[in-house]
Amino acid sequence: MSIVTVQLGQCGNQIGHEVFSALCSDIRGTHGLCSKKENESYQDSCKERFFCEEESGVPVARAVLVDMEPKVISQTLSMAARSGHWKYSNHSHFCQKQGSGNNWANGYSVHGPRHKEAIMNLVQKEAEKCERLGGFLTIMSMAGGTGSGLGAFVTQCLRDAFPTSFILNHVVWPYGTGEVIVQNYNSVLTLSHLYHSSDALLVHENDVIHKICAQLMNIKQISFRDVNQVIAHQLGSVFQPAHTAGGGSGYSRNPLGDLMEALVPHPEFRMLGLRNIPQMPESSLPYSTFSWPGLIKHLRQMLIANAQMEEGIDWQVRPPHPGLHPLHKKPLHFNTSIANLVILRGKDVHSADLGSFQDPSLYTSWLNPQDAFNAWKTPRAFNKYEKSAALVSNSQFLLKPLDSIVGKAWNMFASKAYLHQYTKFGIQEEDFLDCFTTLEQVISSYTNL
Amino acid sequence: MTQSVVVQVGQCGNQVGCRFWDLALREHAAVNKKGMYDEALSSFFRNVDTRVVCLLTEFKFFPFSKALLIDMEEGVVNEILQGPLRDVFDSKQLITDVSGSGNNWAVGHKIYGCQYRENIVEKLRKTAEHCDSLQCFFIIHSMGGGTGSGLGTFVLNLLEEEFPEVYRFVTSVYPSGEDDVITSPYNSVLAMKELNEHADCVLPIENESLFEIVNKIHQMINSGKLGSTVKQNSLVTSSAGSAKTQVKPFDAMNNIVANLLLNLTSSARFEGSLNMDLNEISMNLVPFPRLHYLVSSLTPLYTLADVNVPSRRLDQMFSDAFSRDHQLIQADPKHSLYLACALLVRGNVQVSDLRRNIERLKPSLQFVSWNQEGWKTGLCSVPPVGHSHSLLALANNTCVKPTFIELKDRFMKLYKKKAHLHHYLQIDGMEQSCFSEAVSSLSDLIEEYNELDATKGGPRVDPSRLKIAV
Repeated sequence: MSIVTVQLGQCGNQIGHEVFSALCSDIRGTHGLCSKKENESYQDSCKERFFCEEESGVPVARAVLVDMEPKVISQTLSMAARSGHWKYSNHSHFCQKQGSGNNWANGYSVHGPRHKEAIMNLVQKEAEKCERLGGFLTIMSMAGGTGSGLGAFVTQCLRDAFPTSFILNHVVWPYGTGEVIVQNYNSVLTLSHLYHSSDALLVHENDVIHKICAQLMNIKQISFRDVNQVIAHQLGSVFQPAHTAGGGSGYSRNPLGDLMEALVPHPEFRMLGLRNIPQMPESSLPYSTFSWPGLIKHLRQMLIANAQMEEGIDWQVRPPHPGLHPLHKKPLHFNTSIANLVILRGKDVHSADLGSFQDPSLYTSWLNPQDAFNAWKTPRAFNKYEKSAALVSNSQFLLKPLDSIVGKAWNMFASKAYLHQYTKFGIQEEDFLDCFTTLEQVISSYTNL
Repeated sequence: MTQSVVVQVGQCGNQVGCRFWDLALREHAAVNKKGMYDEALSSFFRNVDTRVVCLLTEFKFFPFSKALLIDMEEGVVNEILQGPLRDVFDSKQLITDVSGSGNNWAVGHKIYGCQYRENIVEKLRKTAEHCDSLQCFFIIHSMGGGTGSGLGTFVLNLLEEEFPEVYRFVTSVYPSGEDDVITSPYNSVLAMKELNEHADCVLPIENESLFEIVNKIHQMINSGKLGSTVKQNSLVTSSAGSAKTQVKPFDAMNNIVANLLLNLTSSARFEGSLNMDLNEISMNLVPFPRLHYLVSSLTPLYTLADVNVPSRRLDQMFSDAFSRDHQLIQADPKHSLYLACALLVRGNVQVSDLRRNIERLKPSLQFVSWNQEGWKTGLCSVPPVGHSHSLLALANNTCVKPTFIELKDRFMKLYKKKAHLHHYLQIDGMEQSCFSEAVSSLSDLIEEYNELDATKGGPRVDPSRLKIAV
């Protein structure tokens, strides 16, 4: 089954390009560490999922590029073409001249309706190229105007036009200390709208990835390209083909569907966090060895203690005692999960024991622990890492950052600052209040796990 | 590509504008090696034909500016048309008269405004037609005289009426206390009312600050303290390469303003990892419609000849942007309240450098309670000519308040004695109420800043959040 990717705004397009690059370089690599047959099956599956074959033999990404100003798309198209290994179709992008001015209302209420037909035509064309459509992945940031506002509008359109397809929104959360001053408003508006139309939100926070770049990748002068490459690696570890049923029955034919089934049992809880270990500079890879027990132990503690990366994990945090009455306070800093998915890739993957993730004390009480935890094991190694483990988690991972964003936005809203910029494009105070209400509900639900 | 039109009004406006076009051409020539018309150039220039240009040998075409030159006396515009930039403008972009406005806002606004209204609208329309996507008008003028101040604000009004969706950025040169035009306070306050009501963003500039910057640079060069030589064309005050023409007295100062405009628009013209367009500047820096006065500062003012830039020097650049001597008005943002701040960096600077410096500088700056992280950032990969990197900081800060208060005081000094009032009141359409409305508009503005200042330093009480029934 194929996934159509919609890249929205500067961030969406910059990351989208890195994702396709990473996927392509992974399947071209010779570090699969598995049988030739397995490797070929992996390559075919990835190509079917993300690329379409053209007469020239160069794989064409199944993607639609959207931006309200031309510079980023033109850069993205040319960078892809220059690689020689893959490219974007010449007819799959839509751009305008003026940008959205970091204004969610401009993206949603003005650009959205104005360009709906043109954009949805491009999406329809890409969807028709797929023999079997597995759903949509949108990539956007929520701080600006296009990715956030137009992104929310496009997601709604996707939902209306493809009511039975899966929609996964990959959303990038901005640095806490402003990239954009009105980022909290834009974020609140985006998240609340996405919650109504998409199936799940897969989140990356710039602050977290920045730390990974600084402390694990040892990059001195971190650029957005570095950040985007780490994000692409993490997304690749989730979206590359994986065996979902118990070994040997081929790669998943319905990646997004499997993801949703594993992780979103209840519509109120749709925020997914992502962790991937190990993460290190490519030059260190030949000198490092890993064991599955070690990786799994670290990943589990990262889940429990809500650690953002494999360094600095707080090992003191423990799950609550199994006999604990549900009304007794859970231990401080303990991250309760609704559902978790662990994806293991690499050497001897079948020897890996994930029993520790099935511990019922990790989870909220209203789901059977067998249903709450899923594991996908794939012997084919990913992106030169001999062993890698990814965790996609529907848990309280994002509770604090979400609460912080809503708090700051509320603070600004109370002083009415910047509201005139939104009302002039049709987003009124009542609309803001509705969005705040939606998100406070989400926060409350996650808090009371 | 977002496109802009520059409207330069009056002597000051045209002299600054002239410097802007010169520097813009040099910047694009340095980046655009092939000399062909490209997207970046389309932001300010239009392509007319492909003949080889004799004068501007960097380009293989005539880069006609998207500009309107307006002056009510001919001297300045004529000089421009005889200078090295003559081919950049064509006669259809000019509106001139003979006798000037006599330093009288009313003459500029009411008499010439009326007289030239249709002419101006027609020429604006023509210029706008050359843009397939017009985003912004830049008005350059001074506040203290008659044409720039009066006719300039008349044009501002016109732009709002005729092109309501296009942003209006105004670069206004404010008169200093020792201005030699006696009626400059009247002209300025009358113009302020128009700026309050019709501009999207105003970048106030004071000659005193420009003068101090120029002096500082001269001192640096002459003192020889630096050890290594300063790169000539890196001076923010230099008219790079125009060694043949006589350097006029205000040229150095005007170059600073021209550089400000170049840096402001750089992210719209060139690529970068985090673009910052003009509409984003207006969106992020204007929390309330009337509080749209932005204090600007530019660094560096010059580059030393050695090319390697240790990050210490990069950090110094950020610190400088917040120091008094780099501001383009006589104000001290560091000790007042920030409503919002934008940093537009050009050159080989990455997001980690930005973050590090914001973290470093934040503790010493006071931000209003509802905008504690009020930073807007942009990264443009193309540095200005002669530099490896540069920074433009735009702050919406209550430090403009003293400037406005002083202006109001100077106005009141004259107004109480009714000095020179008759020159204005004898103009058709001018009444006493024009003056009282103007000063009241200014007072209201000052009051808005006062209210914000009052929140400074007080205990921070966050409003309570919405409660959800569980």
